[in-house]
Amino acid sequence: MRGFDAILVEKRDLTHGTTGRYHGLLHSGGRYAVKDPQAAVECIEENRILRRIMPHCIEDTGGFFVVTPWDDPDYVPRFVDGCRRAGIPVEEVPVDQMLREEPLLNPHISHCFRVPDAAADSFLATEANAESARQHGARIWTYHEVTRLVRQGDHVVGAVCHDLVKDEEVHIHADLLVNAAGAWAGQIAAMAGVEVNIIPGKGVMVAMAHRVVNTVVNRCKLPSDGDIIVPIHTVAVIGTTDVKVSDPEHFPIEPWEIALMLAEGEKLVPGLKQMRVLRAWAGVRPLYQETVVADTRDVTRAYTLLDHETRDGLRGLITITGGKWTTYRQMAQVTVDRVCEKFGVERHCRTHEEPLPGAERAEYHWLGAPLARVERERAYGRLVCECELATEEDVIRAITEGQARTIDDIRRDVRLGMGPCQGGFCTYRAAGIWHALRRPRVTETNVALRDFLQERWKGLLPVLHGQQLRQERLDELIYLSVLNADHLPGPTVSPLAPVMYEPAGGTQRDGPST
Amino acid sequence: MNTWPVELTLDNCIKCTICVTACPVAAVTDRFPGPKYEGPQAARFRHAGQPTPDHSVDYCSGCRVCNMVCPTGVRIAEINARARASMVAQGALSWRTRLRNNVLARPETLGRWGYRVAPLLNALLHSTWARAAAHVLLGIDRRAPLPTLVREPFTMWFHGRPTPRGAKRRVIYFHGCSTQYYEPRVGRAAVRLLEAHGFEVIVPPQTCCGLPLLSNGEFEAARALYRDNVRRLVGYARQGYPIVGTSTSCTLTLKEEAPELLDIHDDDARLLAERTFDLSEFLVSLAEEGESTPVDLQPVARRALYHAPCQYRAHRLGAPSLELLRRIPELDLVESRADCCGIAGTYGFKREKYDIAMRVGRPLFDQVRESGVSVVICDSETCRWQLAHATGVPAVHPVELLAKAYGV
Ligand SMILES: Cc1cc2nc3c(=O)[nH]c(=O)nc-3n(C[C@H](O)[C@H](O)[C@H](O)COP(=O)(O)OP(=O)(O)OC[C@H]3O[C@@H](n4cnc5c(N)ncnc54)[C@H](O)[C@@H]3O)c2cc1C
Repeated sequence: MRGFDAILVEKRDLTHGTTGRYHGLLHSGGRYAVKDPQAAVECIEENRILRRIMPHCIEDTGGFFVVTPWDDPDYVPRFVDGCRRAGIPVEEVPVDQMLREEPLLNPHISHCFRVPDAAADSFLATEANAESARQHGARIWTYHEVTRLVRQGDHVVGAVCHDLVKDEEVHIHADLLVNAAGAWAGQIAAMAGVEVNIIPGKGVMVAMAHRVVNTVVNRCKLPSDGDIIVPIHTVAVIGTTDVKVSDPEHFPIEPWEIALMLAEGEKLVPGLKQMRVLRAWAGVRPLYQETVVADTRDVTRAYTLLDHETRDGLRGLITITGGKWTTYRQMAQVTVDRVCEKFGVERHCRTHEEPLPGAERAEYHWLGAPLARVERERAYGRLVCECELATEEDVIRAITEGQARTIDDIRRDVRLGMGPCQGGFCTYRAAGIWHALRRPRVTETNVALRDFLQERWKGLLPVLHGQQLRQERLDELIYLSVLNADHLPGPTVSPLAPVMYEPAGGTQRDGPST
Repeated sequence: MNTWPVELTLDNCIKCTICVTACPVAAVTDRFPGPKYEGPQAARFRHAGQPTPDHSVDYCSGCRVCNMVCPTGVRIAEINARARASMVAQGALSWRTRLRNNVLARPETLGRWGYRVAPLLNALLHSTWARAAAHVLLGIDRRAPLPTLVREPFTMWFHGRPTPRGAKRRVIYFHGCSTQYYEPRVGRAAVRLLEAHGFEVIVPPQTCCGLPLLSNGEFEAARALYRDNVRRLVGYARQGYPIVGTSTSCTLTLKEEAPELLDIHDDDARLLAERTFDLSEFLVSLAEEGESTPVDLQPVARRALYHAPCQYRAHRLGAPSLELLRRIPELDLVESRADCCGIAGTYGFKREKYDIAMRVGRPLFDQVRESGVSVVICDSETCRWQLAHATGVPAVHPVELLAKAYGV
């Protein structure tokens, strides 16, 4: 947008990192009103802007902060005061009214406050940003992993990438390199020989199979584990934990984390434990700290811009890290401001003014929209993913226009396989369409199918109980007994298969296929 | 008792698609995508405060075959009924459709005023031009089997006769609208049969059970009727009197449809539900408890087909009517192999749904014709009308043959 010739490289698909594994909350800032006032201010500023530039990625659910019997009522005045100071509109809602709006919430809640929280679809938002960048001339190279930074003296002049699809090296020469690798930013900086201390803080989230609530519900207390339920698309997500991990990629989802999320969720919605759990996932917070701290929750959520020229005497490299998804635009703005400064040009930021592609109708997303579309177009006979209502056309478009490399890439575009059956009925359909369109070798389609099943399985393994266990048994019968997916010709896994939630040291098969 | 809304049962769905393969409506029309899509799937996209996204759910006939076959207990038909109610509440149906639906769903209103001029009204309503007008203007299909009003409603007969003496036990009879205004012969048979079992039959004032309104999404009107019935009947229930009905859909409504769909779970509703019985269910339970004196039944030498209506199976009782009918000497019984006759209450009367209803019922119609029976037996009134209309074979309620066998 500001006229630079830019290339974005991403080692997998866009949103492969934390952005695709977050909680789904467009923060009002209420969560940080007491503990991290600076983050609170940034959140509410960006909340207003994002609602304007990408309404189609946002569902205007509103948010509640509720005081349950487990919470300290003395926090309430501090919370209200903090919101006022940060400029976050906050209003008390009578408990009766709260229960009318959200009948499943705990009737023993004593206070409830409304703030402008919302749910945000980071897959769609990222796609909108990427599309806008493309329209302004940027190149976006996915499945390109940076393996080396090229340094000439005290100047970073480029990067060497590994193209995972073609399995070849790609050299990029650049006047400036922006390191925005989130929790991986320390690894990238290390390639240039500078130290950036990122504390990867793992957070586990549990999605319930239906909405449960239609408003974001936060516990009114200092931020802690399992204290938010976010209704997003067709699910309600409880999160999160916060555990220091050594590696942003290889970390497990522990049973105690699931149990804790459900126990905390039960405090907000009595009976929640009996409801169906859809899946669990985890992301890593890119928390930056110059000095080492003990508890990762005490690290600021505000972002940090590191100019390695002034910090380390290394030219040609800027690191932007920390922050929230909610503040991504502001982070980009200050980064590019710095880039302009470096190049000695004065070009103003317009990202807060211009709506992103897809926002033309200036309407928020609403839960019923996908169903309304299927009904309007009478597309019910052409559903590939029945749970999330992805039609054949959607899947074809994701393959042809979205240039999906894996079935998981299709998922991120059209929500394929994200519903209660977790790919049980759509994986083989998508694989069939994929094969018909791309005409790859049969072994490639087989492994694409296996990769996706394996990817879904990873998020199911930690929550295999109750109704979801019953579902998985059926899915197992479909894929392993009927389709014999395990023994179809071709490699077991492909190099493009996701590696999340696995111990370091390569892919270890933990699915039903062992 | 779990009083979570029926929608939460969507969590039980494992997508097995058994309901889709069993759905009689989805099998004959593309306008209805099927129970899995409308119920557990679409329910995840519905949201109380938002505009209703639905259209196709209105093609659910509410026959509940899906509920019966679901291996995991999803209340699909109820989820669909509530989705339709949102459509109605939000004005997603045209005023003309709603007018038509209300005309069909309020049999009591027409009956209450109409019986006084029954011959005239019948001539009028069944005339070709009136049917054509109703077809075009209202959307009531001109071929649909409209019933004929009687001049003497059931209660007029009942209250006009001397009370038999010597009964030791009491039972409350819920007659429903069709017995009252269209088929009082069913009520007469029921009263005589109950009296033959030693009961004093009480027929308290009552209103329509509200089911036709419920299945047309007119929940608020249905709520008023249901509340009215609870008010009038709960006193009897509290005294321990059984409340029995011959219309299987009315008793199902009092037992569970109304409380569940309308989210009414108070003590009165629960008590009424517990004390309400289908007549055959009641008679079979009497026999099981050894409370009915065995009598020598008279033979009824006919070949008859028994069809258990969808609403009857929804009671989850087995087949008490069949059990009773089997006791009748010389009655040559053929059992229906079909799930549904298609009519589904008011569904098959609607212009856009008449053909669907007839296609749904075809296997049953064929069986009736091929089996060479002289009478069809069915516990639900609209099914009887549909069967007689489609096959030309007369249709009766089980109680009518039983009364005959009992010689009453
Ligand atoms: C559990 C959890 C819940 C959260 N919930 C919320 C929330 O509800 N609301 C909110 O506002 N924020 C939330 N956040 C914070 C927010 O998600 C993150 O701050 C944000 O997504 C980080 O984005 P990013 O672009 O910096 O990092 P990422 O999204 O992780 O992007 C970095 C990318 O770099 C890529 N990469 C890494 N190494 C290389 C390499 N060598 N070569 C090429 N590419 C590479 C990765 O694949 C990755 O895709 C949450 C965070 C966590 C952990």
